[in-house]
Amino acid sequence: MNFVALKMLFGDRAKYLMLLAGLTFSTMLIVQQGSIFWGLMMYSQSGISNINAPVWVTDPNINQVDEVKPLADTAVTVVRSVPGVEWAVPLYKGVQRARLADGNYQQISLVGLDTATLLGRPHTVFEGAIEELRSPDTVVLDQWAVERLGGPDVIKLGTVFEINDRKARVVGIADTQKSFQNIPFVYTTYERALSYSPPERRKLSYVIAKPIPGVSPESLARRIEAETALGAYTDEEFSWKTIRWVLKNTGIGVNFGTTVLLGFIVGMAISGQTFYLFTVENLKQFGALKAIGASTGMLARMILLQSFLVGFIGYGMGVGLATIFGLTAASNEQLPFVETWPLLGGVFVALLGICSLSSAISIRKLAKLEPAIVFRG
Amino acid sequence: MMTQTIPKPPDGISTSLVTARGLTKSFGEGNARISVLKGVDLDVFMGEVLLLVGPSGSGKTTLLSVIAGILDADEGELSILEQSITNFSAAAKTQFRRDYLSFVFQQYNLLPTLTAAENAAVPLFIRGVPKKMALETAAEILAELGMGERLQSLPSKLSGGEQQRVAIARALVGDPRLLLCDEPTASLDGETGHKVVEQLQHIGKRSNRAVIIVTHDSRIFEFGDRIVHMEDGQIDQVQHVNGEPT
Ligand SMILES: Nc1ncnc2c1ncn2[C@@H]1O[C@H](COP(=O)(O)OP(=O)(O)OP(=O)(O)O)[C@@H](O)[C@H]1O
Ligand SMILES: [Mg+2]
Repeated sequence: MNFVALKMLFGDRAKYLMLLAGLTFSTMLIVQQGSIFWGLMMYSQSGISNINAPVWVTDPNINQVDEVKPLADTAVTVVRSVPGVEWAVPLYKGVQRARLADGNYQQISLVGLDTATLLGRPHTVFEGAIEELRSPDTVVLDQWAVERLGGPDVIKLGTVFEINDRKARVVGIADTQKSFQNIPFVYTTYERALSYSPPERRKLSYVIAKPIPGVSPESLARRIEAETALGAYTDEEFSWKTIRWVLKNTGIGVNFGTTVLLGFIVGMAISGQTFYLFTVENLKQFGALKAIGASTGMLARMILLQSFLVGFIGYGMGVGLATIFGLTAASNEQLPFVETWPLLGGVFVALLGICSLSSAISIRKLAKLEPAIVFRG
Repeated sequence: MMTQTIPKPPDGISTSLVTARGLTKSFGEGNARISVLKGVDLDVFMGEVLLLVGPSGSGKTTLLSVIAGILDADEGELSILEQSITNFSAAAKTQFRRDYLSFVFQQYNLLPTLTAAENAAVPLFIRGVPKKMALETAAEILAELGMGERLQSLPSKLSGGEQQRVAIARALVGDPRLLLCDEPTASLDGETGHKVVEQLQHIGKRSNRAVIIVTHDSRIFEFGDRIVHMEDGQIDQVQHVNGEPT
């Protein structure tokens, strides 16, 4: 009877396309909203992901990466003395003002990397070289800085601008994760970062560290916490901490979370509704099959086959369309868009749930149906 | 499983295939309640074609539905092939229909997305007969009903009479022991009606089978063995076609 079920499903083009459109649309809606939401969350932890360090050592009361609570200079030595540390270097991180040739000001996120090693440097440098930071008055900035400070004609290798009235010469352009407020990243050495920023009592923003082979970042972080009075997180833990803080303390969590949730509910309602209508409309046909002698079990298998098949197809098309949208959006960097497996998995499970639920309702209806009804003139 | 061996009737003796006693059925609640079957007693014998006639609203379709096991009687006893249907569970009734009964009702209920041949083959699909074999059998029967040219047509492309013949083919394809037909010739012209009734009679005449036909169509009276007349939910007259009323 499988082929009968398939013909019932695909044979009625208009009904099938309606059903598919409903499922595709709702899947797309949820995946798209969820991915944008997650993309925004990724923006919020760009301060961590743009610095390549497995372990972050912080003030014990730190809330999130952009709210720097500086440490005493001795912290670097303290961390180095913890067993299992391969390297531990200072990191400066702070928002400063850049002044452009045309007199405009622009906020930048200044990162000072350990002068000798440049540990924590960005993975990808599009143009120039990070090592050039060893020359005086040099900085490496990111693609967002190029965009926000005047475009590729103004900002290129060799361009000179000012950070807090001190000269900065561009020697590299690096690839970074966009930040929440779209403040560009500017990398320089630790000492130069301090000289760019106004004097403060404590200057050391973070200590970044890496465990020796055989020690996991988690266990090193726990060890640092246990043996020093400092806070320590793996980069992943610190990202989550930052994301949780953003969700809790800014409107983004509630506002966008509501949108995502609404998208989810609307999407699932649309799917459930279209499925339900589809099966109800077919109830007469199933009733006829029942009258002819098809058992409820056989009809249940047919309904499940139909709903799961169209569910899978709709899911695939919805995710496909959302991904195409995401790739387009991501390629012009207009929108954050990060599709994650938990989201795709969650939508899949929810859709399966909807398919099962509407099938179950129809099967129940069918089990109770007195087949004589469908044969009345 | 309830497939028992059905005892063969001794030659010359009419054995009952359907035995109905005191069947009642009403619809609705309270004041709106109407009694449609008011105690129907009926025997249908093996090897006969029984015609059920009577005015509109007298309860013919309802009686046929009860015998087909797609509608439950309120009271009374019904046994078919010596099995007491009244006590069957819904699932057992469904299986019984699959194995022994078929019917052509006033509503054909063809599946709109299946071709004529596929529609006619549905009872075989339900029994698990391989697709190719089922379609061949269905095609043969459709051809006998003059539908050989329309095997691949969808119901929406068929006339009322053609749809009716697909429904009849669907009823015949499973070679049922009991065939129930509600106005099977209503949308057919005289010649086609003849062909259809011949097919129905062909089934009924076989010794261990029976056919019940509800009809207004006096042209087919001659094909019946007995004519049972219903009036207001009761059987008031039984007439042997070649004999006198009983
Ligand atoms: N499901 C139902 N609900 C309510 N009333 C019903 C139902 N089925 C049948 N009836 C009523 O029962 C009566 C008998 O109906 P039935 O269809 O058995 O008559 P019939 O003899 O087949 O008539 P016709 O020759 O017009 O087909 C009618 O008054 C009809 O309205
Ligand atoms: Mg009727």
